[in-house]
Amino acid sequence: MITKRIIPCLDVKDGRVVKGVNFRWLSDVNSPVELAEYYSDNGADELVFYDITASSDGRKIFTEILQETARHVFIPLTVGGGISAVSDFERVLSCGADKVSVNTGAINNPALIPEAAKLYGSQCVVISADVQRVNGEFHVFARGGRDDTGIEAVSWIRRCVDAGAGEVVLNSIDTDGVKQGFDIEMLRAVCDAVNVPVIASGGAGCIDDFVRLFREVPGVDAGLAASIFHFGEVKISDLKKRLHDENIPVRL
Amino acid sequence: MFTTAIINYGVGNLFSLECSFNAIGHEVTITSNPDDLKNSERIILPGVGAFGDAAEKLFSSGLADVLISEAQRGKPILGICLGMQLLFTRSYEFGEYEGLNLIPGEVKPIRDVIPGSLKIPQMGWNSLTFMNPSAIYSRTQRDSYVYFVHSYAAFCNERYITATTDYGVPLTASVQRENVYGVQYHPEKSGNVGLDILRSFCEVKS
Repeated sequence: MITKRIIPCLDVKDGRVVKGVNFRWLSDVNSPVELAEYYSDNGADELVFYDITASSDGRKIFTEILQETARHVFIPLTVGGGISAVSDFERVLSCGADKVSVNTGAINNPALIPEAAKLYGSQCVVISADVQRVNGEFHVFARGGRDDTGIEAVSWIRRCVDAGAGEVVLNSIDTDGVKQGFDIEMLRAVCDAVNVPVIASGGAGCIDDFVRLFREVPGVDAGLAASIFHFGEVKISDLKKRLHDENIPVRL
Repeated sequence: MFTTAIINYGVGNLFSLECSFNAIGHEVTITSNPDDLKNSERIILPGVGAFGDAAEKLFSSGLADVLISEAQRGKPILGICLGMQLLFTRSYEFGEYEGLNLIPGEVKPIRDVIPGSLKIPQMGWNSLTFMNPSAIYSRTQRDSYVYFVHSYAAFCNERYITATTDYGVPLTASVQRENVYGVQYHPEKSGNVGLDILRSFCEVKS
């Protein structure tokens, strides 16, 4: 039986993991490669590297980091951040990424998803959507959640999937950082609308939040989180054991 | 003479695959040169994307003929993902295309056989159920998890199937016909389980 996936997300700037990481046993807690290896050993099913670098020098360091990670970590790796053209797909795929997630790039250039899907296959094109409630409607936000595009989110995600995106990362701005659980209502709306894998993001505060996620939204395929893993509040091995005990299929 | 040749025929990225062989201490040569294939001890046929396009590249480059003759000489060959599908007689992905016919069988959409509630592609970790024994699983425990990404699957005589995976129905996860091996999943993305499978394949002798 296909298992539910647990995915840690690493924000990388100028080749370093940002957001404080709290693992005293790692020699260099800000090394994306070391952290990726640690998570892989601990049972992570997949990794997301999010490049928040602004400079081109930083971009070059980021691709070197990707290559180094591919030499040491043998689980799927999704790369996002600053993907605005097909050449960005080529740049990260040639360095070991398996999937590429687009967010603002797909809003600014609707042709990007179909072009990339045609060249590299839908299986490596991920639509990542930052979504927030505005006057009772789900809106897509651009530029890291700063700009309200006014676009209705569920129909927009469906259009992206129809255009060739093979997976959806749904990040709820409403629940992100609050640590009170995933956005069940928003996830249900998206899972009902598409027939490709959906990854839940935003709101995980404890193990119970993952149990509730997979119980209440059976259509969700994966749970993604950052700080609760980085700060050691939740160990992935403990989380997966608990999910297994709750009869939620996971890879142990 | 070198050990392992990975066929580069312009389909998909080979960096991760190369890294996975290096991690188990095997030098690999990524090549589109027929002589390299002839001089290697074993051949990896990778591939992502659509069957028709990949088959066209393989046949028009002449690499298909070399691969077939090397297979007939008894050289171990491993097809991965689309590379496994190419080992079969034909595929019905976006039309009808001829494959290498090293293993009799057909590649068809999983949509036709799985329950309608399941997603396409099958993307994620699923477990292996062993069928006929295979040397590539010499280190692998039953029910081990490997990473799949596919919308099409191979349908063939049971005697070639070495493992299945349960996606509502049993789907072909790996096959073997004598020295020709194929895996639908990605061993290079399946953690230590995947590396062990590659390690065992590298021990197969002609």
